Amino acid sequence: MLPSLTLREAIEEHVRDGDAVALEGFTHLIPFAAGHEIIRQQRRHLHLIRMTPDLIYDQMIGAGCADRLTFSWGGNPGVGSAHRVRDAIEKGWPVPLAVNEHSHAGMAAAYVAGASRLPFGLLKGYFGTDLAKVNTTIRSVECPYTGEKITTVPSLTPDVTILHAQQADREGNVLIHGIVGAQKEAALAAKRLVVTVEELVDTLDAPMNSVVLPSWVVSAVACVPGGAWPSYARGYYARDNAFYIAWDEIARDRERFTAWIARYVLGSKDHAAFVAALRADGVAL
Amino acid sequence: MNGRDWTADEMMTVTAARMLWDRAVCFVGIGLPSAAANLARLLHAPDIVLIYESGTIGTRPDVLPLSIGDGELAETATCVVPLPEIFAYWLQSGRIDVGFLGAAQVDRYGNLNSTVIGPYDQPKTRLPGAGGAPEIATHAQQVFVVLKQSPRSFVPSLDFVSSAGFLNGGGERARRGAPGRGPQAIITDYGVMRPDPTTDEFVLVARYDHVTVDEAIAACGWPLRTGAAVEVIAPPSSLELEALRELHARTRAAHAAAVKLPI
Repeated sequence: MLPSLTLREAIEEHVRDGDAVALEGFTHLIPFAAGHEIIRQQRRHLHLIRMTPDLIYDQMIGAGCADRLTFSWGGNPGVGSAHRVRDAIEKGWPVPLAVNEHSHAGMAAAYVAGASRLPFGLLKGYFGTDLAKVNTTIRSVECPYTGEKITTVPSLTPDVTILHAQQADREGNVLIHGIVGAQKEAALAAKRLVVTVEELVDTLDAPMNSVVLPSWVVSAVACVPGGAWPSYARGYYARDNAFYIAWDEIARDRERFTAWIARYVLGSKDHAAFVAALRADGVAL
Repeated sequence: MNGRDWTADEMMTVTAARMLWDRAVCFVGIGLPSAAANLARLLHAPDIVLIYESGTIGTRPDVLPLSIGDGELAETATCVVPLPEIFAYWLQSGRIDVGFLGAAQVDRYGNLNSTVIGPYDQPKTRLPGAGGAPEIATHAQQVFVVLKQSPRSFVPSLDFVSSAGFLNGGGERARRGAPGRGPQAIITDYGVMRPDPTTDEFVLVARYDHVTVDEAIAACGWPLRTGAAVEVIAPPSSLELEALRELHARTRAAHAAAVKLPI
């Protein structure tokens, strides 16, 4: 049986300064609570990996946790810029941020290669773009059968991948359903895997062929209800689109952003306290 | 509104929607492309297959998603597949009829920039980036681009090529072996541009009835040429406007709704 840890213990044990860290989940099941705990524990010099940095990396980068970012689309979905990511790239605030930029298809192939323990992923990608000029790790091989030139991307192998999932059972087996993104690939590409879940259950009753990560590939499980907010957890709560829209104003200004992080993230001992602080200030949750 | 009872966004959305046909398999980006594709589904293309890069195939959302992966897209889809699969099995395999893209900049050959304004290493404005667009632009059978026209967005030369159109034109895209035919229409707030079959350069082939050809030329950063004839696009019908406005009203209400966390 996997020991169920608090999120604080799980991050203390598994995320170290300088690690390559992937918090995955494509719009759905983004592990916000885990990202906030990394901010609280003031991890530094992380190499953050995510297809869509979303608000969680906007927050972690703005809080100074990272100096390197691997990504493929870095905005606030449907709203506009990820202002803290932009400020770090454009102005080096709070610390300069080196970028390793891909397309979604390229990054998906890189995770598949990582999970497969292959040195690189293959795709017919980046045709005619400047991405392959600025990211010199995007290369090509000749197909040994047809001679065709196929694009390659080096595999992604994070030190630790962190996911949020709907459920884990008492053994530590994890169930994910809905939009699953590249979560399974990111999980199996990593050296360590930390999972937060909405709920601990006696048995998963998982439909056959759903995404189940067996306990023996999971390093730690922490039960953190609401841990994907303001993204969502299918079956538990919807995406808080109103907050994604509101974030634009909060993140636009360095001082307002810093005050938000200080008040809600650093000022709360855990995720439940974070939610309570937001509610106390009138955020409908 | 200059005496008209519709906005530029509405005219563009309706014009883009009219270009889609029933049963088309359409890979859709967020924003105006998503509004146009869903408007087509609500009007003349009830069996259009909408695919979003979050892995939702055959989705029929009642409200427009704010993000590419809103729950609404998954709950109303025929199936939901993992990301590596959507790009490899569905897009790269050539199963997409129309890719529908926006961008920050376009050039006369339909190449797109959604990455950066200014030098890549010292950006004036860092944009979100390419996302799924480079491979959509490569592998979809054809691509429609939706973008408001101004000399700053329709530029002689891109700061960065995020997604390939016809590259330097004159057949270069086809010679270099791109699987899809590339951009076949740019829908703007002045009208519609299509590529010249020989040079691949985008030319004005249709305009809205409230703008002149000269105004369209003035709003383009390259010397915009016109096709043999410039058609006049019919204004939005009351049916089209009503369906679009109801869709946007439902969407606004849904996006403002409070979320209840189970803690």
